Amino acid sequence: MKLLLKNREMLLVVAIVALVALIALRFPPFVTPGNLANVYNDTSILIILALGQMAVILTRCIDLSMAANLALSGMVAAMINAAMPGLPIPLVILIVMALGAVLGSINGLLVWKLDIPPIVVTLGTLTIYRGLIFLLSGGAWINAHQMSDAFKALPRTAVLGFPLLSWLSLVIIGIMVVVMRRTPLGRAFFAVGGNPHAAVYTGIDVGRTRFFAYCLSGTLAGLAGYLWVSRYAVAYVDIAAGFELDIIAACVIGGISIAGGIGSVGGAVLGALFLGVIKNALPVINISPFAQMAISGTVIIIAVAVNARAEKRKGRVILRKAEAAHG
Amino acid sequence: MAETQMVARHIPDRLEGRGARLVKSWETLLVAVALAIFLVNSFASPYFLDPWNLSDATFNFTEKAMIAFAMALVIISGEIDLSVASIIALTSTAMGYAVQLGFDTPALVMVGLATGLLCGAFNGLLVTGLGLPSIVVTIGTMSLFRGLSFVILGDKAFTGYPESFSWFGQGYVWWVFSFELCLFVVLAVIYGVVLHRTSFGRTIYAIGNNQTAALFSGVRVGRVKFVLFLLTGLMAAIASICLTARLGSTRPSIAMGWELEVVTMVVLGGVNILGGSGTIPGVVLAALIMGMVTFGFGLLNVPGIVMSIFIGLLLISVIALPILYRRFRGRRSH
Repeated sequence: MKLLLKNREMLLVVAIVALVALIALRFPPFVTPGNLANVYNDTSILIILALGQMAVILTRCIDLSMAANLALSGMVAAMINAAMPGLPIPLVILIVMALGAVLGSINGLLVWKLDIPPIVVTLGTLTIYRGLIFLLSGGAWINAHQMSDAFKALPRTAVLGFPLLSWLSLVIIGIMVVVMRRTPLGRAFFAVGGNPHAAVYTGIDVGRTRFFAYCLSGTLAGLAGYLWVSRYAVAYVDIAAGFELDIIAACVIGGISIAGGIGSVGGAVLGALFLGVIKNALPVINISPFAQMAISGTVIIIAVAVNARAEKRKGRVILRKAEAAHG
Repeated sequence: MAETQMVARHIPDRLEGRGARLVKSWETLLVAVALAIFLVNSFASPYFLDPWNLSDATFNFTEKAMIAFAMALVIISGEIDLSVASIIALTSTAMGYAVQLGFDTPALVMVGLATGLLCGAFNGLLVTGLGLPSIVVTIGTMSLFRGLSFVILGDKAFTGYPESFSWFGQGYVWWVFSFELCLFVVLAVIYGVVLHRTSFGRTIYAIGNNQTAALFSGVRVGRVKFVLFLLTGLMAAIASICLTARLGSTRPSIAMGWELEVVTMVVLGGVNILGGSGTIPGVVLAALIMGMVTFGFGLLNVPGIVMSIFIGLLLISVIALPILYRRFRGRRSH
């Protein structure tokens, strides 16, 4: 049991189960399989974004521009669809993913080639990307009736009883697991964040790895842009405003160290689910939705404190194990 | 071992003379930019040079600049505080609540300052007491503080501030010089003296350049950082008093997004985001530049969000240009 609690993923699973059980005491219908599937579906976009942010945070950087990238890509997707309703949706998705990748690569290039601190770069691009949405759209909304039915239907299409949005997030989780564990790039993310100097000596280009992390987060933000706009069937300047904090919160809760090098796909997913459960549970247990912001703030602070303790303890545990091996 | 000839060499303390350094400094560049913007503005709009218009324009930056002074010290010490805008919101909410209880102006100010100090102390305790990274802590408290004002206010607003309270945001000390502008000048002088002329100021630089070395030199790193977070909370409270008095009402979304503008102002002022260097005169100049740009664009009917693109580009380019320049010079000399 003690070993179980030391593992961050298990700790989160226990926390989420306890949370769901508490909610079930107040409101039993919350735990029906159908509703839990809905909660997962509702959290899918956050999961996709948290996985992109995870790659960036692992390399000791941060991407504050993800939500703005999402909003810009979403607006472009909606505008393309409104102008050319006949264009196949998969092509639209590819276009916005490419756009997201370009926006992410701008962050990456500034961090890689100019050595500007990531927080400054992404603070800057955050405001620039938001502003660009206004320039593109002239401040106008693109509403449901301007979008084609196929555009709006895609995330909702049921496959084997679950919406495509849920399946898509599962596929991305699968891809990310393979990338993080089985590819040189995935291992490079950990190496760069764990010890940049050591990474250089092992032949890893630190800047280039960070660049690719930003491209990855940008691509996922672009995809999430389409998903967001088609799911809520509206695009305007302020969609997902402030969502960058939720994304970072999901990562921090998931045990991804802001100092880089520590984290896992499972942690990011569970961190996002934890926030998703809270968000979906508040209305049904009669807590004002206005309390959500304060609750996520508290959860972030607690999660950071827990992370810091876990990281401090880690060194000692390894030492003790080494001593045990010697003796 | 080769015999080396000992030659007395003159090694200067600094590579360039005082004048050369002054010409090449970041602050000189800022002065030039400020003058250029001033000239462009006065040609672009006939209304720019009116003293009352200029006086109105100062409201664009005074409140943010007050926070920027404290933020500059925090950033020089190697930390950051992203919760300042949320402290404004919570402070303003607390004062609004006090108004409902029938508090008068001096009591309101005390409530505001106390709330700001409490928020700052909370940040400071988390960062120095528990040793947590300030960027995540203040992202958390940013959501917590504003979240609390959402819990208290919901979609409502507090109004009905007493007449005497509004003087802090709308009053004039003499002719076109508003209370806020005078406060800005006084605070600029105080912060300039503290940072550049006191041992406390020197320890801030020491911590920002090498925290471990500062600790071993006998600097109480934790205590200094705690004081800096306390100061930031206090300045956010003062800004909140001015802003609330100026607007005459409190909504939970008050001062939304200001943390970015404050950080931009500090970085534009030449403070190294990684800590260790920066000056108060630089921050003052950056505040003037941002205020004039916002005001000039406003006179030309440029929408606010387009200005934010400009601010974003400004933030990135002011950091990128010196790096590019240095790289270009480095390549040429080789």
